[in-house]
Amino acid sequence: MTLLQRVITIGLCAAATMLTRFLPFLVFSSKKPLPKYIGYLGQALPAAIFGMLVVYCLKDVDILGGSHGIPELIGIALTAVLHLWKRNMLISIAGGTVAYMLLVQFVF
Amino acid sequence: MLMIKKAFAAAFPKTLPILAGFSFLGFSYGVYMNVSGFSFVYPMLMSLTIFGGSLEFVAAAMLLGSFAPLQTFLMALLIQARHLFYGIAMLDRYKGTGLKKLYLIFGMCDESFSINYTADIPADTDRGWFMFAVMLLNHFYWVAGATLGGIAGSLITFNTEGLEFVMTAMFTVIFLEQWLKEKKHYTALVGVLSSAACLLIFGSESFMIPTMVCILCFITLLRKPVERSVGRK
Repeated sequence: MTLLQRVITIGLCAAATMLTRFLPFLVFSSKKPLPKYIGYLGQALPAAIFGMLVVYCLKDVDILGGSHGIPELIGIALTAVLHLWKRNMLISIAGGTVAYMLLVQFVF
Repeated sequence: MLMIKKAFAAAFPKTLPILAGFSFLGFSYGVYMNVSGFSFVYPMLMSLTIFGGSLEFVAAAMLLGSFAPLQTFLMALLIQARHLFYGIAMLDRYKGTGLKKLYLIFGMCDESFSINYTADIPADTDRGWFMFAVMLLNHFYWVAGATLGGIAGSLITFNTEGLEFVMTAMFTVIFLEQWLKEKKHYTALVGVLSSAACLLIFGSESFMIPTMVCILCFITLLRKPVERSVGRK
């Protein structure tokens, strides 16, 4: 990417964010409520989108070659177990990441 | 002046948990950007202008790929769509806050929203300034964390291979939280299965737009059962 393309990419992210934050204030008021469908999307999308983002993070994992995605699988499983156990976001993320780093540096 | 001071004094204790979380995540984000080859200026400016952690991590990954403005914009919209909800919830609370309102809308990340939406603001404290203080403090923690991480990244001497997994771990945790919140998992499954299927069909370079289209279609089709499972408010 050139510098200009990078600036545009970052600018688009900022613009999309501002659109979602400002839109309700520009378009709706307490007298004129949000269309039900848009409200439904705001409610139903997050779970789907974060599922999508987990897959997005794994998009370059090669299941057929290399380490077959085993370090990723272990890292995710450990993150999830830590989280179900302690319910502390920082511990889960740090634990999963360190485990993954150790795996790819020393085991695989 | 006294009014503003009072608002910050009331807001600061409420933001302490965010201080811990944002320093850690912001710092990780800065280091991640640095080991991906970006100078600290990138995490600094991105955390300042976007101010939304999930999207900033994804934006970093997108900056490393090829230039795809449409995909970038759509992904950003979908990742941030939940903010529509925050805005609606705050429509009334932001009334009468004057020019501060612009910043109160600009800085409405998940954490600022949850504090401002739930906090018991002391009666002698100005609402507008209180919410403003919460946001400014959170914004500051995040930008400071990201910038320091971006600078510290170049000072790190140990092997950082695998550090990029911090993004995967973060989304795994957020996804798990979403999962635990729901009784039925229609939408979570729609997200995972659509993206996995599109990844297999279209390949890692071009699966995101088809994925987003699939997610929107399925979520629209499943509206009745999903709404039934959460119960209408």
